Amino acid sequence: MVGGGNAALCAALVARESGVSVMVLESAPAEYRGGNSRHTRNMRCMHEASTEVLTDAYAEDEYFDDLLRVTEGETTKQLARLVIRDSLRAAAWMKSYGVRFQPSLGGTLHLGRTNAFFLGGGKALMNAYYAAAQHRGIRVHYNAEVTELHIRDGKFESGRMQLNGQPTEFRARAMVAASGGFESNLEWLEAVWGEAARNFLIRGTPYNKGKLLKLLMDQGVESVGDPRQCHAVAIDGRAPKFDGGIVTRLDCLPLGIVVNKEAERFYDEGEDLWPKRYAIWGRLVAQQADQIAYSIIDSKVIGRFIPSVFPPIAAPGIAELAAKLGLPAQKLEATVREFNRAVQPGSFDHQVLDDCRTEGLIVSKSHWAQAIDKPPFYGYPLRPGITFTYLGVKVNERAEVQGLGSGTNIFAAGEIMAGNVIGKGYLAGLGMTIGSVFGRIAGKEAARAAGR
Amino acid sequence: MQQAANPIAEGQRLMTICNACRYCEGFCVVFPAMERRLTFAEADMNYLANLCHNCAECYYACQYAPPHEFSVNVPKVFAQIRARSYQKYAWPGFASVSPWWALAAGVVVTALLAGSRSAAAADFYGVISHKVMVTAFAAVSVIILMVHAAGFLRFWRESGEGLAEFFQPAVLFKAARDALTLKNLDSNRVGCTYPNELHSQARRRFHHFTFYGFALCLASTTVAAGYHSVGWIAPHPYFSVPVVLGTLGGIGLLIGPAGLYSLKRQRDTAIVDVKQDSMDVSFLALLFLTSLTGLLLLVLRETNVMGALLRIHLGVVLGLFLTLPYGKFVHGIYRSAALVRSVLEASRGQD
Repeated sequence: MVGGGNAALCAALVARESGVSVMVLESAPAEYRGGNSRHTRNMRCMHEASTEVLTDAYAEDEYFDDLLRVTEGETTKQLARLVIRDSLRAAAWMKSYGVRFQPSLGGTLHLGRTNAFFLGGGKALMNAYYAAAQHRGIRVHYNAEVTELHIRDGKFESGRMQLNGQPTEFRARAMVAASGGFESNLEWLEAVWGEAARNFLIRGTPYNKGKLLKLLMDQGVESVGDPRQCHAVAIDGRAPKFDGGIVTRLDCLPLGIVVNKEAERFYDEGEDLWPKRYAIWGRLVAQQADQIAYSIIDSKVIGRFIPSVFPPIAAPGIAELAAKLGLPAQKLEATVREFNRAVQPGSFDHQVLDDCRTEGLIVSKSHWAQAIDKPPFYGYPLRPGITFTYLGVKVNERAEVQGLGSGTNIFAAGEIMAGNVIGKGYLAGLGMTIGSVFGRIAGKEAARAAGR
Repeated sequence: MQQAANPIAEGQRLMTICNACRYCEGFCVVFPAMERRLTFAEADMNYLANLCHNCAECYYACQYAPPHEFSVNVPKVFAQIRARSYQKYAWPGFASVSPWWALAAGVVVTALLAGSRSAAAADFYGVISHKVMVTAFAAVSVIILMVHAAGFLRFWRESGEGLAEFFQPAVLFKAARDALTLKNLDSNRVGCTYPNELHSQARRRFHHFTFYGFALCLASTTVAAGYHSVGWIAPHPYFSVPVVLGTLGGIGLLIGPAGLYSLKRQRDTAIVDVKQDSMDVSFLALLFLTSLTGLLLLVLRETNVMGALLRIHLGVVLGLFLTLPYGKFVHGIYRSAALVRSVLEASRGQD
């Protein structure tokens, strides 16, 4: 198993159930094991009736329709159905390995019906898997970065890795690639996005460098997905370059206005409910000059959103706030004045699509438009924060990679093949579902291939 | 993001991170209590730190734990804040009385009270008169009850709640149940991550042995005092109520503290404030010695070492009592009070 996140460990544990010997190669050191899974907190599960942790029902067709809507049809329908149908069974199987679930967290984006939350989040989930792996005699190597693959007649025979900095050879009768995307490979990002990529922040692990993905593509494995497609949200611009995770997110964008470095608004902040819109703002900010923007709010909305880990920049007046944020003061004052004048009367309710909107602006705000007039005023700098990339390897329903001929012993699971199911857009918690379902398929098929 | 040197400031930094994350809210009562707040004054930090049972689940589950640059370590920082708060609430203010000094004082005082009287086997009151024993222990008990009451009042006053809020039967009942079952060391019925990241019931069970052992010993003493008042004088037969209670309690007080000490030896030092070890270990040692000397006294009460053993036993017990308000014992007071406050706050949230 090359990789050390949810998909790799699901594959490892399932393969081990068949009695084959299993080795996990995790490129991160032990304390950072788990890839992006360590930052996750839930998985999206289909269910016909309410369960211990999920409310109501979330049937296959509704799930599938949600997926079609966000991907605008860019999905492999057969694989998507497979993921959806097996999602609840996968969750039950995870439970049998000590993974614990809980009802949805407070302040989450209304996910109690569709998403099963991991008690304590993704790192707790990974701890449960690794404890189970150790208990069942699965060998785990940390600091193990695969550098070469030797594939003959479409079959993996051996590879080389840097193990604790030492070149080391490894052999296996089957391989599962579950090593994530390439979002933390800054050179690759820049090759795709140009210089703008230098201002991107990577929300998750610094270890997803896409090296195995590249090795597989170089060996003729078919790829899937657009290299430019990624899941990116607008996060606090003061976040660390890597691994800032959930605490750097900002949910206050629809409660105020968002301006670029010229202090101009550029997109409807109130276009739709935030859970449906937060994932477009990474791209929107990436398209602005210097890939930076600023969320401006006033005192009225404090307490209506979960605070970011960084305190907002505060000032008694708009001009002072502009000075602190490094924005042209007169311009920001003009933008706010113009916005305030355009605000129509309405009754504010940030939980629903309310009737507070602007009129007469070039860039209108459709909901939650309130005058920004109650000091002190607050600002948050925003940067594009990449969660993951969509470029991956193409697989079939047995998780076999494509392009090496039939009967290959190389399988893929998790983020490295998620592009088969989500070609664009995103549904919260779907990444973990793909990882669990395809991890289990890949593990089972790899064990079978190893036994041949 | 800079770590702060002062534990309160560091705790405030951590709560800002935790409040933006909230992944741990299913673990224990600390995180829901945190979510009810947007800002964290020193009083809030003292409350949250005393509510924390130091199970460390949040540390092992934390994506921001060291070596991450955010360096989030809630159990360790909360332990430091708790230690400060114990000093703050202690009355009188000299909190750093060495427990070992108190033990020594207890032994000496008892030896002096006992004088050089010699006694026949199993004649306890030949060694030390009942009057002296009762007077000494009653005086000490009144003092420590006052000190504990003062500490509790200081803790409760800091919360800004009135005393009437504390004495609500439904709230007290729920808090007592959480305290007596150690619900917060039982993360959804799999125990806690102590002494390492794997879940275990060991700490909770050993704490139960210790607490209920202590309670049985107190019950034994109370029954024996009752017997004495009706002229039924110790020593009592092996199968009398006070001896059975005391024996069971004593066994608990051997197993519990020994087990907790053994876990302490194996624990992950990343999650604890090692400076508090002397406070913790001396309390465990005093509990263990109280039981050991008591059980030895029971077994050897018919022999000529009884006199010496009785003095040692009473000395240890006196030492234990004297150190209660200034040692690890106080965690029970403040944690129970914090649990009451947490139940109180949660009940308001549901209104």
